[in-house]
This record gives sequence, structure tokens and C-alpha cells, in this order.
Amino acid sequence: MAVTRLRLTDFRSYPDAAIEAGPGLVILTGENGAGKTNLLEAVSLLAPGRGLRQATLSEMARGHGPGGFAVAAQLALPAGAIEIGTGTLATAPERRQVRINGAGAAANALGEWLALLWLTPAMDRLFGEGASGRRRFLDRLVLALEPGHGQHAARYEAAMRARNKLLAEPEGADPAWLAALEAGMAEHGAAVAAARDRTVAALAARLAGQPAGPFARAGLAIEGWRPAPNAHAALAADLRAGRGRDAAAGRTLAGPHRSDLAVTHLDKAQAAGRCSTGEQKALLLGIVLAHADLVAEASGRRPILLLDEVAAHLDPLRRAALFDRLAAAGGQVWMTGTEAALFDGIGAKATRLTVSGGAVMEGG
Amino acid sequence: MASPEIDALTQALARLPGLGPRSARRAVLHLLKKRETALAPLLRALETVNARLVSCHLCGNLDTVDPCAICTDGRRDARLLCVVEEVADLWALDRSRLFPGRFHVLGGRLSALEGVRPEDLTIDALVGRLAAGGIDEVVLAMNATLEGQTTAHYIAERIEAYPVRVTQLAHGLPVGGELDYLDEGTLAQALRARRPLG
Ligand SMILES: Nc1ncnc2c1ncn2[C@@H]1O[C@H](COP(=O)(O)OP(=O)(O)O)[C@@H](O)[C@H]1O
Ligand SMILES: [Mg+2]
Ligand SMILES: [Zn+2]
Repeated sequence: MAVTRLRLTDFRSYPDAAIEAGPGLVILTGENGAGKTNLLEAVSLLAPGRGLRQATLSEMARGHGPGGFAVAAQLALPAGAIEIGTGTLATAPERRQVRINGAGAAANALGEWLALLWLTPAMDRLFGEGASGRRRFLDRLVLALEPGHGQHAARYEAAMRARNKLLAEPEGADPAWLAALEAGMAEHGAAVAAARDRTVAALAARLAGQPAGPFARAGLAIEGWRPAPNAHAALAADLRAGRGRDAAAGRTLAGPHRSDLAVTHLDKAQAAGRCSTGEQKALLLGIVLAHADLVAEASGRRPILLLDEVAAHLDPLRRAALFDRLAAAGGQVWMTGTEAALFDGIGAKATRLTVSGGAVMEGG
Repeated sequence: MASPEIDALTQALARLPGLGPRSARRAVLHLLKKRETALAPLLRALETVNARLVSCHLCGNLDTVDPCAICTDGRRDARLLCVVEEVADLWALDRSRLFPGRFHVLGGRLSALEGVRPEDLTIDALVGRLAAGGIDEVVLAMNATLEGQTTAHYIAERIEAYPVRVTQLAHGLPVGGELDYLDEGTLAQALRARRPLG
């Protein structure tokens, strides 16, 4: 699975750019602000969700441009090539349009075609900040293994928003209506929790079984809200019993939206949040690499990785180990850096691109 | 250049679902050229429907008679009742007689965020039909959207007290779509495999 062609129209700093990429490592170099992360962000929009910056759609449309934007890609899959397009129209700047082989589709349908994972400098704060970022990270890991996860999560959230709105009504909510929404929350919430459990269990087992190498091994567990054994019925009962509590709080206090992903540095037996910035980066990288192996094994398709500014934060030894591991695993990996020299250890088969002034040139 | 009258006709047609300015111009041209064989019969048909159009007081279907042709069709199984969101869904299920019973049109779906409340739908009328007796099975044929499924659960709660079997269409998450867009094979399959509401 690889993005072989990418065309950006009025996306971020790019009025119009087209690139071709090989199936392996893709290296983007350019000075600060050249548009490297913008390019990775465009690739990240080929998956469901808001992309690697969690930005709104109108932020992605080029400033002083006509208003809408488009990202079009050709994707090489084992079964053949497909065309994916996404973007907005100037007349509806907050409505994401998705086309798969020319036909309109839901953004969630993108997950059925390709799996994408990324690491960005913004994720350096993942272990120090609130649980929502870690949940998002976890959900992306799950989505790569179980494409249906996105829809369950979206429906759970939608049912919860509706329930919160009913609970806030001064005249008191219709109990049958609340029960109907809670049934939806229980069904989709249990599915969300179960899928997260499966992913964490598989990934934790894989990480624990790896030799201690240059990348720190992570221990994973779900904390905060945990599903009871019979999650569906238990969540439904908990929500029903918790109506007064949730109405008073103005939000729902139980459910998988209150779970957290706890990460530990296995060899140091230390919580990730207490590790050094470099160690945290290595932990994340270790998780992402192990996950890519897991997805490749489970589905036969290796996820595309987007590693923004990762090389710059590794010492030469770990950098070489990373490149070796990526080359050995196969699969497409997009990497950025300010200097071509960072990627010197990589063979001639990689695609090298230079980014500058809203344009992308071959060579690096 | 066409006169304002013909322009008005073109624009009225262009606003119809599935048409557009291009198809509308072609249709108008056709009507103008075939005044006797196309325009006149269309006009008579429109006038008749416009004069008699009613919403069936039993099921909410749109027809030119009340009760509608479906509600008075003696060959249909009156013990089977299919609840749908919109008239469009009723028509989809009635294509080639996929469903042998009668219908009940809710007139929408519950939506807390859009402010569509139970009293905005024909749920009380549905409960009234069940209270009158003679119905053995209620098929909840809501769309496979979150709002459709919430509405199905809500109705199931409201009709719990009546001795009827409550089932739902067997169309799952992947479809996620609206009945109106499903082909007949898929709809027939969803009906055949209908299951108790879970
Ligand atoms: N919507 C937008 N329209 C035009 N330019 C944008 C938009 N969003 C970001 N940019 C510009 O893109 C540049 C940042 O690009 P980025 O990809 O983050 O650079 P880097 O190569 O350092 O990763 C900045 O100069 C910023 O002003
Ligand atoms: Mg950058
Ligand atoms: Zn009728």
C-alpha cells in the first residue's frame, strides 16, 4: 500500500503541486516553513479524521486562495490502483468531500482502503498532556486494525451529545428517549471499548516479546474508565443509573470517552510521562513501528507511516537503526527533515524530494 | 431566447430532485414539441393529483384517496405493520411488493440536536393503532443511521406493553445509509432476515 501520486490544489501553502513517490521511503527536505509538514498533512487526509494537525478544514484552504482545497492521490494497493480525492468547496468550506474512484463516499469509508499512522513533533507532549490526545492516538492505532472502529466511535459521540442535550433540558428529559440514546451509546461504546482492548492486548504482547533494542519498549494498558465484563449491558445500566449525576455535571461521566492509554517504559519500569523527551520519542516510535508490523501481519497491508522531523531527534545510532528497520519492513514511509544529510544512511531506492516556496522538486 | 413563462416552467422543473437545468430544458423542449401527446396528458395528470392529494389518516402515506390504496388493499396482511421514517421509505419498501403488510409513516426521526421531538412524529397515532388490536408484528424499518436506530429503540420502549412481536430490518452498520437508496435485492434480504430488536 503506497501513495504513488499526490496533487495538492490550494492546500495550505501550495497553490498547485504534484508529486510522484516510490513505494518505499520518501524523504522530504527543506528549510523551516518550506511546507514539509503541510505535505504530510495532505497525505494524512487520505484517512478518516481531521489529519495530523487536528486542524479545521477552513484552516487547510490556502489563505488568499479561492476558498476550497483539494488533495488527490493515486494509491497502489495489492488489488490495483485506486484514486482518492478529498477537499472542500469554496461554497461549503467546512464540509469534507470524499471521492473514491470518482464516486462520492463517506470519510469513514477511507479507512477501508488505507491505514495511516503518524508521529509529529506536536506528539512530543502526548504523555504530559490530557487523556484526549492519548485516546486519539489509541483510536488511530485501533482504526488501522479495525476500520469499523471509526463509525462506532462517531456514533457513540453523537448519541452522547444528544443525551447530554436532553439531560440539560429544564423541563426534564423523556425517559424513553434517554433510554433509546443510552441503548445506542451502550452498543457503540461497548464496541469501541472492546476494539481498544483487542488492539492494546495485541500490541502489548508484541512489544513485550521484542528484544530490548535501540527503541525503548513500551508497556500499554487502558486506564480510567474500563468496561465491565459484560460491557454492553453494564454501560447501559450505568448510564441509566447515572442520569442525575450526568445532568448535574453537564456531561457524561462514564463511558469509553473517559478511558486513557497508560504507557510505561518497560525496561525502566517508569511511566512514560516521567521519561525524558528523547525517551518518550523513542517509546512512541517503538509503538508505531510495532503497530505497523501488527497491522501488516493481521491485514496483509502495511500502513503508510508519516514521520515528521523524527530523524532530527535521534542520535546517529538510533537513526541508523530506524532506517534499517524501515527498509527491512518494507512499506511506504514519509519522513521530513531540514537537511538532506540526516538521511545519508538511506539507500538510492528512496524517493528524495526538496520542498521550497510552495513547490516540490525531485532530488534532495 | 424563451419567454418568461417558459423560463418559469424550466426553472420549476430544474428544481425537481434528479433533474437540473440541462435535463429541465430538454424536458421542456419535448413538452413544447409534443403538446398533444405529452404536455396535455401531463397537465391533466398533475391537475388530478393536485386536486385529490391527501395524506392517509391511517398510515401517513401520500395518495389521492383516504384511506390510501395500501390501507384498503384486502390482499395485504393487516396483522403485519411496517414503521418507516418517511413516505419515500414506504415507497421503497412497496416497490415490487417487497413487504406484504401495511405501513406507518412517522414523518421523520428523533433528533435532539435538530429539535425533532417525539410529539413531532406520529408516534401517538402508532400507539393508537396497536391499542386497537389486530396487529401481530411491528417491523421497525428505520434507516441505519444513529438517529434512525435511536427512533427504533424509542418506539420499542413506547410499545412495550402491547402483545406484538417487534422486529427490525437486518441492515447493519456498513450500509449506514437510507432505505431509499438500497436496491431491491438488499431490501428484500433485510426484510427476510429481520430480527427481534436488540
Ligand atoms: N492555509 C494556509 N495558507 C497559506 N499558507 C499556509 C497555510 N497554512 C500554513 N501555511 C504556511 O505554511 C508554512 C508552514 O509549512 P510547514 O509545512 O509547517 O513547514 P515545514 O516545512 O517547516 O514543516 C508556513 O509558512 C505557513 O504560513
Ligand atoms: Mg514541519
Ligand atoms: Zn394508508
